[in-house]
Amino acid sequence: MSSPRNYQTQAIILKQIKLGEFDKLLAIYTPEFGKLQALAKGACRPGSKLGGNVEPLTHSLLFLARGRKLDIITQSQTIDGFLGLKSDLWRLSYGFYILELIDLFTMENSVNRPLFDLLLETLHRLNEADNDQIILRYFEFNLLCHLGYRPQLKRCVICNSYLKPQANFFSCRQGGVLCPLCAQKETAAHPLSVDALKVLRLWESCDYTMAVRVKLKPELSWELRQVLQDYIKYHLQQEVKSMRWLEELKKLSLVDSNSSRH
Amino acid sequence: MSSLAEPVAKLVRELSKLPGIGPKSAQRLTYYLLRSPDEEAKTLAEAILALKEKISLCSICFNITDCDPCPICQDKKRDYSIICVVEKPSDIMPLERTGKYNGVYHVLHGTINPAEGRGPEELKIKELLSRLQNGAVKEVILATNPNIEGETTALYLQRLIVPLGIRVSRLARGLPFGAELEYADDMTLSQALEGRQVFQ
Ligand SMILES: [Zn+2]
Ligand SMILES: [Zn+2]
Repeated sequence: MSSPRNYQTQAIILKQIKLGEFDKLLAIYTPEFGKLQALAKGACRPGSKLGGNVEPLTHSLLFLARGRKLDIITQSQTIDGFLGLKSDLWRLSYGFYILELIDLFTMENSVNRPLFDLLLETLHRLNEADNDQIILRYFEFNLLCHLGYRPQLKRCVICNSYLKPQANFFSCRQGGVLCPLCAQKETAAHPLSVDALKVLRLWESCDYTMAVRVKLKPELSWELRQVLQDYIKYHLQQEVKSMRWLEELKKLSLVDSNSSRH
Repeated sequence: MSSLAEPVAKLVRELSKLPGIGPKSAQRLTYYLLRSPDEEAKTLAEAILALKEKISLCSICFNITDCDPCPICQDKKRDYSIICVVEKPSDIMPLERTGKYNGVYHVLHGTINPAEGRGPEELKIKELLSRLQNGAVKEVILATNPNIEGETTALYLQRLIVPLGIRVSRLARGLPFGAELEYADDMTLSQALEGRQVFQ
């Protein structure tokens, strides 16, 4: 039995800040405690036993000792290093984006088990599969849902009438879809196609396996990205730095001609 | 702190900003300097000033140097068709010490870090690409650190350089000397396996 001063947890390493020459301050996301800060002493020394186990984008088993201010990682073991993801520039960059969203949207010591599961599964999917765009959009949508921003998709947020299969509108401020009539009074609403609404409704109720089976045409994928990222920005109210990097990559048109990355 | 004379307190403050020096060591160094001959303190102060005044970046490889181009870029015996790309000037010394490398270098002065919003425009990447324009370079060795920022930077450079028809290689990576298998992470172990060599 471990003493109460020591505990172990799985964690996904979100972020590292170098402290002094050899130490790292980490932000980690755990199933039982939510986001935590932890100190990885000597992690930057060559031959450190912590080494790659405490690099961002790693799912690890950590042993921690409670410190006065910060918990200290005493031992670590990689559960999954997501090596597929780390060997591809785009997927690695998407990984940074996913970690940053989790970090920006969560507070320390606030437990959210479904969010941990979503994060872990997203990294697994991204590590293996090639349909990055669906994975990213499904992640963004469910991230918002797990944080309590689930948009209303069945009825118009304002007049409560059932939405018809026609071009409707999405309002970040109202937190859902508006019928064309109500949208006239709401200045900041963006058009939402029938297909986009269908996909969002599907994602609301299906798991990843089902979600990745529905292929998205490039225009639809682009539309969903706009809607979800606007909604993310609306709630976050601050810049997502890795988004700038994704734009940079796009600008340089480093896209493989045979992939549909946008 | 107010009980200390201001010049003493100030030096303690400045010294404790240095890596590996805590407030205790800073105090010890300060009192040591206070007791030492004037000449010794003066030499130290001048050395620090000269470091900042006389050292600049080589206009070719961006290593720190007191002459331009730096001694390595001026050395006629070196092979200019191979460029080894490193993150920072202090990475060159260990590579030079091996005595196994006769090409030239390029110092990026940092890594790409999407999480901190640090992009390629903050590094000497444009400068590297312009060195590759004249067709004289046959190989670029990416010697960024084996961590996530080093990896991102290397993958990005690879995508930029490969289309130019120049060979891009990475330093072989694997278990550091003195490491134990049991504690090695996935990335290190899998790279060590991929880079395994016939044992004869
Ligand atoms: Zn309505
Ligand atoms: Zn030089």
